[in-house]
Amino acid sequence: MVDVTFERYLTGGIRLAANKTASTEEPILRGFIPPLLVIGLHQHGGTSAVPIVAVGQKVAKGEPIALPGTPPSTAVHASSSGRVRAIEERLIPTGTKLRASLCIVIETDGDDRRFEGGPHDPWPESREVRIERVRLAGIAGLGGAAFPTATKLEAVAGTCKVLIVNGAECEPYISCDDMLMREAPAEIVAGVIRMADLVAAPRVIIAIERDKPRALEAMRKAVTAAGDPRLAICEIPTVYPAGGERQLIELLTGEEVPSGAYPSSIGYVCQNVGTAYAIERLAARGEPLTSRIVTVTGGGVARPRNVEVPIGTPIHYLIEQCGGYRRNVVRLIHGGSMMGYALPADDLPTTKATSCIIAAAEGEVRESFEEWACIRCGDCASVCPARLQPQELLTAAAARDFDDLEALGLDDCIECGCCDVVCPSHIVLTERFRGAKRAFAEHARRLALSAEAEERHKRRERRLKQIEEDRRAAQEALKAKLRADEEARRRAVAAAVERARQRKRRDAEP
Amino acid sequence: MLTAVTVLTGLSLALAAALIAASRWLPERGDDAVERIERLLPRIQCAQCGYPGCRPYAEAILAGEAEINRCPPGGESTIRALAELLGREPTPLDTSLGSASMDRVARIDETLCIGCNLCARACPVDAIVGLPQRMHTVIARLCTGCELCVPPCPVDCIQLVPRHG
Repeated sequence: MVDVTFERYLTGGIRLAANKTASTEEPILRGFIPPLLVIGLHQHGGTSAVPIVAVGQKVAKGEPIALPGTPPSTAVHASSSGRVRAIEERLIPTGTKLRASLCIVIETDGDDRRFEGGPHDPWPESREVRIERVRLAGIAGLGGAAFPTATKLEAVAGTCKVLIVNGAECEPYISCDDMLMREAPAEIVAGVIRMADLVAAPRVIIAIERDKPRALEAMRKAVTAAGDPRLAICEIPTVYPAGGERQLIELLTGEEVPSGAYPSSIGYVCQNVGTAYAIERLAARGEPLTSRIVTVTGGGVARPRNVEVPIGTPIHYLIEQCGGYRRNVVRLIHGGSMMGYALPADDLPTTKATSCIIAAAEGEVRESFEEWACIRCGDCASVCPARLQPQELLTAAAARDFDDLEALGLDDCIECGCCDVVCPSHIVLTERFRGAKRAFAEHARRLALSAEAEERHKRRERRLKQIEEDRRAAQEALKAKLRADEEARRRAVAAAVERARQRKRRDAEP
Repeated sequence: MLTAVTVLTGLSLALAAALIAASRWLPERGDDAVERIERLLPRIQCAQCGYPGCRPYAEAILAGEAEINRCPPGGESTIRALAELLGREPTPLDTSLGSASMDRVARIDETLCIGCNLCARACPVDAIVGLPQRMHTVIARLCTGCELCVPPCPVDCIQLVPRHG
């Protein structure tokens, strides 16, 4: 095993208070089944899964209840056994926002009866079949975006230079990967080796931040035990956002993922440790993705800890499981404190993208300050991990200057929130950039509609002109023919008259 | 001395001839100006400005015959862009002209449609399909929300609805 410690730092980034100790004192709570499950069918970017069950139908744990739509998409499974109560549209939290999605509501029966109809051999020889199995097992990136794993593996199969396993977990409060690495390192490493085989990666780097000594220790042992020469553990500095996909690749390899492209375009693929664990559970035990580890933390919850949560568990059941709220709770946040967002209610379900639920107490949420004018100090630019100029973007966003926004690289903003933290004028830059991205998409959509309308209008004009010309030409031809016919008749009559006249003259002659 | 005079005179005569020829036979640049104005319009041909289409309106603006605040679907942003291009003062949108908006699409109530085909003939971008005496429908992705299909419908079965949702 290669063991590397990185001293190189990533571009920009900041050091933040980790706030992870509270949730790592107790082991992961397993075996929790809520009375109700609300399983979203559209938990990630790409297309929604298509339901294949009916209301009233009995389902077992791990039974497919929706099949993947057009790629990128994944299947969705019942997270526990029970009966389908409704199939309806509800609000679900995804990686970056709340979204209305078709959901399958299941009343659980508490038996947690396993589905027996799965494939006999969950991990056959062929690479294509294995990737298809990953898709049908509903496995999605468990780092927080829930992007369909099969699509990601497919894109890089055969061209992969390095498989990067992301155990950085740089965002404050979140500790689900840390706990999983402490408790199930052997399964994670086995899953990593399976993924490396699948994409034929010659090298594998498992990156873990320095502030997780126990996870590092456990993973080192597991990698040594596995004895695979491709595997290396990398201890990386604790800087936010080192765990961002693009940032991690740059930190480890020195190569920058081109703007607008995926890491696969330069031969890298990044997978979260939780995803590796899910792959191992599929391959070794035939289990589809029906649960994930969620960190429930914050000063507003009685017993902060990590819980293995069936996907679709309404959040209030999860909070109950952790001792309920404390009286000083002020806000519920989905995701970490930096890239997460506030939830409007606690009856929303968890999804594959739910890595963390923070029940924030007073004093834990960023106070809202009065915003002052930008003084162009440039602090935001120095911490931006995407090397952008947030102060310039801010001006362009205020002016809705879309050309400028594009030139300044708005699209490359990963919305990490570093600029917000350092801004001495308390400007909430990331929020503006999110708004600007939405406005930009709207603007682009209008431009495309205008261009297409113009093109179609021109074609219509041409077509109408052609029809008119054809009609006129046909009319002219008909008129000419009629005139010619008329002329011929007149000539025939004139000829007849002439003949008659001649006959008369002949007759008159003696 | 003589050489210099001959060369310079010859040169100026030749260049003058070239300039005269160019101004007479090369096309005028007026078209380009119209096109630049037209680019800033939504080009959905709704005709709510009172001109038969976006290009005629652009020509009228260039000729100084029309105000720049007569494009309902373009709204404030179009007015601002036109004002900047032409060096005129931006004025508020003339809201009396209409309410066409690219955020909406036409929808045909399929229970009422009698298949008269009048709407399809009115659509400037061929976004309505249907055979005579058969139910018609709007291709929402192509519809620009220009409202031109609404008045010809004899049974009032066309409505404009928000584009998404």
